Amino acid sequence: MSHPTTDDRKPMHTPVGLIAFAWTLVGVPLAYGLYNTAKAATALFGG
Amino acid sequence: MAVPSFLARERIVARPGFNRWLIPPAALAVHLCIGQAYATSVYKSALVEHFDASLTAIGIIFSIAIVMLGVSAALFGTWVDRNGPRAAMFTSAVFWVSGFLVGGLGIETGQLWLLYFGYGVLGGIGLGIGYISPVSTLIKWFPDRPGLATGMAIMGFGGGALIASPLSRQLMNYYDPTYDGTAGTVPNGEAVAALFFTLAAVYLVFMMFGAFIVRVPANDWRPDGFDPSSVKKKALVTTENVSANNAIKTPQFWLLWTVLFCNVTAGIGILEQAAPMIQDFFRNGETSTVAAATAAGFVGLLSLFNMAGRFVWSSTSDFIGRKPIYMVYLGVGMVLYVILATLGSTATWIFVLTAAIIISFYGGGFATVPAYLRDLFGTYQVGAIHGRLLTAWAAAGVAGPLIVNGVLDTQGTPGQLVAANYRPALFIMVGLLAVGFVANLLIRPVAAKWFEPQATSPATARANPERSAAR
Repeated sequence: MSHPTTDDRKPMHTPVGLIAFAWTLVGVPLAYGLYNTAKAATALFGG
Repeated sequence: MAVPSFLARERIVARPGFNRWLIPPAALAVHLCIGQAYATSVYKSALVEHFDASLTAIGIIFSIAIVMLGVSAALFGTWVDRNGPRAAMFTSAVFWVSGFLVGGLGIETGQLWLLYFGYGVLGGIGLGIGYISPVSTLIKWFPDRPGLATGMAIMGFGGGALIASPLSRQLMNYYDPTYDGTAGTVPNGEAVAALFFTLAAVYLVFMMFGAFIVRVPANDWRPDGFDPSSVKKKALVTTENVSANNAIKTPQFWLLWTVLFCNVTAGIGILEQAAPMIQDFFRNGETSTVAAATAAGFVGLLSLFNMAGRFVWSSTSDFIGRKPIYMVYLGVGMVLYVILATLGSTATWIFVLTAAIIISFYGGGFATVPAYLRDLFGTYQVGAIHGRLLTAWAAAGVAGPLIVNGVLDTQGTPGQLVAANYRPALFIMVGLLAVGFVANLLIRPVAAKWFEPQATSPATARANPERSAAR
């Protein structure tokens, strides 16, 4: 089955809130992981 | 194999006006979950104690998962390309979550084989399908920046371990308060089983979220201001398409397989031994000037560089090209390995800096390869070709530790090794990188005889998946 082309259908803009929510959902755990790993890595410089 | 209509590719074609920046978080939602595979060491000791098994018997769980990753990515790559990212992400989530549930049941009931089957086999299939699931979609949404797009997703795989390690420690501490995460304390089996069930629930939510927000672009969609003809001007970048079945018949595929294998093997050489290695390099008699806590910090730093390298180097490849960036990974990597072998023990900062950059190249190699495949073979079945190329990862996962451990076994006893004992292994890695460097230099544009007929659009080709197989 062939995909519709962009001209076939009505435009529908993605809500900015959905994009912000999606990035927050993946960003918060990632920031948690980065923070904990950076904290562990400081032992390398703290002696 | 048909998929239910709500998962079908046709159902998720984006309407005009869709914002492509919703796709990277969809991909990250999957990769951040399956990246847990690199955090299994957190509960390794607990499983050894719970099952009264050897380290090897427990370590096999991870090995089965990685082998299944390679096998399933190779076998299901064409299915993933045909049915689209939602079906792939959904299937990956079902396998990955089932792996945790069955594995948790195995721990709960004391049946190691269930853990092998659950986390190893079922989880491994989820890993393979999940790893390749967003790749071709990202490349199609970001034809102007494929390295950036795949770098973001594959960075997530590195990031998954960064999240799962501290999260697992905290959850196991919650389920078994006698375990506080420090050396010497080990959580009980029930706590690990509860961890598995909890992770299953969390990963199910995240991966399903990714599956339901992902979209594929319409055939004629282009980003604003993007001129496809600009792609043609770059050497080694094709606007033609090659099927997965034909790609593996080309020398370019096997040269790139060699490049990935050499780059990954060399990186694993350091990653596998990171903590004992830094202590051995600064050993003075029986004791090391580097404490165990500092060594753990070094492992953490390598994880950060591994993750950052995936994003930074892959994004850089959009500007300088895929072949040149691999010349950097492999060529500069050789120089860094020589520095590590000869000067690494003279100062901690030299050791740490060279190892960190080497690991960033290791991560970069993983993240850049889908864009390299897109350049060489087009977007038609790039997911399936990527899946087949990942067998290089599985092979490197066996070869890297074998080389390093094999050499170190001939050099002395663990705990008494010094920097000089690592030199033979490090110089073998230099040799491997040299092989990869030459393989990369030999990569030329794919011959026209392998191209799909021009009249065939990717969508039509999807409807006739076997058409090109006879060629």
